[in-house]
Amino acid sequence: MTLQMRAPAPSAVLHESPSMTSPAAPLVRFRDVRKNFGSLAVLKGIDLDVAPGQVVALIGRSGSGKSTALRCVNGLEKVDGGELTVCGRALHSGTVDLRELRQDVGIVFQSYNLFPHLTVEQNVTLAPRKVKRISKAEARDLAVEVLAQVGLADKAQSYPEQLSGGQQQRVAIARSLAMHPKLILFDEVTSALDPELTGEVLKVIERLAKGGMTMMLVTHEMAFARSVAHTVVFMHQGKIWESGKGEMLANPQTVELRQFVGNGL
Amino acid sequence: MLGLTIEQIAYLFRGAGWTIVLSLLGFVGGTLLGLPIALARSAHSKLARALSGALVQLVQGIPLPVIMFVVYFGISIGGFDVPALVAAGVAMTLYAGAYLGEIWKGCILAVPRTQWEAGECLALTSTQRFIFVILPQALRIAVPPTVGFLVQIVKNTSYSVVINFFDLTYSAKVINNSTFKPFTVFTIAALIYFAICFPMSLLASRFERRLHRG
Amino acid sequence: MSYEFDFSFLDEYLPDLWHGIWLTLGMTTASILPGFALGTLCAVGRLYGPPWVRRAVVIYVEGIRNTPLIIQVFWLFFGLAVLQVRIGPFPAAVIALVINVGAYTAEIMRAGFMSIPKGQIEAASCLALKPSQALWSVQLPQAVERVYPALVSQFVLMMLATSIMSQISAEELTGVAYMIQSFTFRGFEVYLVIAVIYLVMASLLRLTLLGVAQVSFPRRRRLGTPL
Repeated sequence: MTLQMRAPAPSAVLHESPSMTSPAAPLVRFRDVRKNFGSLAVLKGIDLDVAPGQVVALIGRSGSGKSTALRCVNGLEKVDGGELTVCGRALHSGTVDLRELRQDVGIVFQSYNLFPHLTVEQNVTLAPRKVKRISKAEARDLAVEVLAQVGLADKAQSYPEQLSGGQQQRVAIARSLAMHPKLILFDEVTSALDPELTGEVLKVIERLAKGGMTMMLVTHEMAFARSVAHTVVFMHQGKIWESGKGEMLANPQTVELRQFVGNGL
Repeated sequence: MLGLTIEQIAYLFRGAGWTIVLSLLGFVGGTLLGLPIALARSAHSKLARALSGALVQLVQGIPLPVIMFVVYFGISIGGFDVPALVAAGVAMTLYAGAYLGEIWKGCILAVPRTQWEAGECLALTSTQRFIFVILPQALRIAVPPTVGFLVQIVKNTSYSVVINFFDLTYSAKVINNSTFKPFTVFTIAALIYFAICFPMSLLASRFERRLHRG
Repeated sequence: MSYEFDFSFLDEYLPDLWHGIWLTLGMTTASILPGFALGTLCAVGRLYGPPWVRRAVVIYVEGIRNTPLIIQVFWLFFGLAVLQVRIGPFPAAVIALVINVGAYTAEIMRAGFMSIPKGQIEAASCLALKPSQALWSVQLPQAVERVYPALVSQFVLMMLATSIMSQISAEELTGVAYMIQSFTFRGFEVYLVIAVIYLVMASLLRLTLLGVAQVSFPRRRRLGTPL
């Protein structure tokens, strides 16, 4: 996997030199992206590319802007400055049909947000049936397929409240997979789980990564980020401070990253 | 003015006056009846809870006009000549007592369990606990729904028209029968009810918000 | 003073009582679904509509909830008569009930919608569902299930409220009672019997509506837990 970077902003440290361009255009391209919440500048100029099949992990303290950056990718947050292009659509223009974009960009939330009144199968097939208008039979097959991918084929008729947190999160992943997206976003998906349940979720994400799914993860799981992500991006105060392969975490170049890793966050 | 004579408008306001009288009667009577019901509904004794519960279910399952008729004809059995105000007052008392009893029971039970336990730890008897710890807090919780129910009382006094009690609804009906100006008459009546009820509804909402803030 | 109870009127007037019961039930069932639909529409309008819709709904809801039903019924029925609109008492009663119950339902359903965690609506839109699809498939079923007890109480209250409709000569049970007592002069017994009938009807209606819940909410049926 190659890391595509333009001439970086002065404070960003690259642990990998830009090499030859990949044949495919990046699925996500941040160019000097800025975002404000009122008078507070949360993103102060982000440059980042995500190529097809690449897994990017965003790490950093709370308030560093990593979740905000992630939420800009599927339009949950509006970009206030710079350019953000996702799957060929210019999100900074404000004219993108978000509904259409979200068929290509999936997201999994920290609090799963499953629909409690529907079974696992219904949760997974609701969007494909309503948005892509597939038939009932196709939907059932689809559910079987994606639930098998997350290891929950036998739970199709259960309701979310009957499942553990880890299982619910895996259903949430299956729900996103069912739309066959080009890119999936993971927003701190293990932070709300008891420690013994995070493993099963991380295993699923790892399997997806090996299968070539393009992913952006905001996570606190350092070891996981290091082993599964092709690129780890450390954000601090709304900017990208360091980025590169996982090994960079063992070899921080900046004080901030050293402090962050040292604190064992 | 408005197609009605001064006398007719005064007639409506006289009816409105009696609506207020009946509402107050119902509220006072309902409080006197509702308090024991609330205590019985939250008592330790299963029998007390069941009996008071049955009474409440009874009143809540019968339309108020029917309660009014039952009271009216019930009292006249004794050979008494029943003024409509008395019959309506008794009926409103039963109605308000049952509902206020349920509301206040809910407020007593809404006081957190920990408060009961804290009172116990202070070596208070259960009566002292109830009066000094639970009741004040229950009262605070009770203000919004009680004010809200006052609105229901005022509106439901209108059912006394079935026993020809001279309230605002009855007077409006009479004026309409003689003038055939229903939009005028009933809009004025509606506005008078609204003027009485809406401020109380707003007050209830404000109390509710204040309760949840503090 | 002793009073001789005399329930013999039951022999002669039983058919009339049945007639009254059917009419009351008919008035009630004719008003429940339209009232519920109107109330839900208003709740959605108040939550997601443009400002003028929101204002209109607030005026409607507060106007209805702060005035007595009987004034609303009189206003509608006698007003329509004066406008030369030929509408029978029964349809007029149903219309008044629908408008009345719609306002109370609007508040109940609004609370129901607002009690759904926002994350779900976010998840629905991130799955590319249209707002109308999210409303229908995600929000509405949950809102109804959450506030179902309040809805049931409201509809039972509405059935009891039909008792006032004889004031505009719409036939129903209480009107039948009035007729019977005017012929038999046994007012106390007649209204006692009527009271018992209403109690039974209220319980039956409540049971029926709870049965509808069991059928409509499969999760509730299987798991027995509240949402």
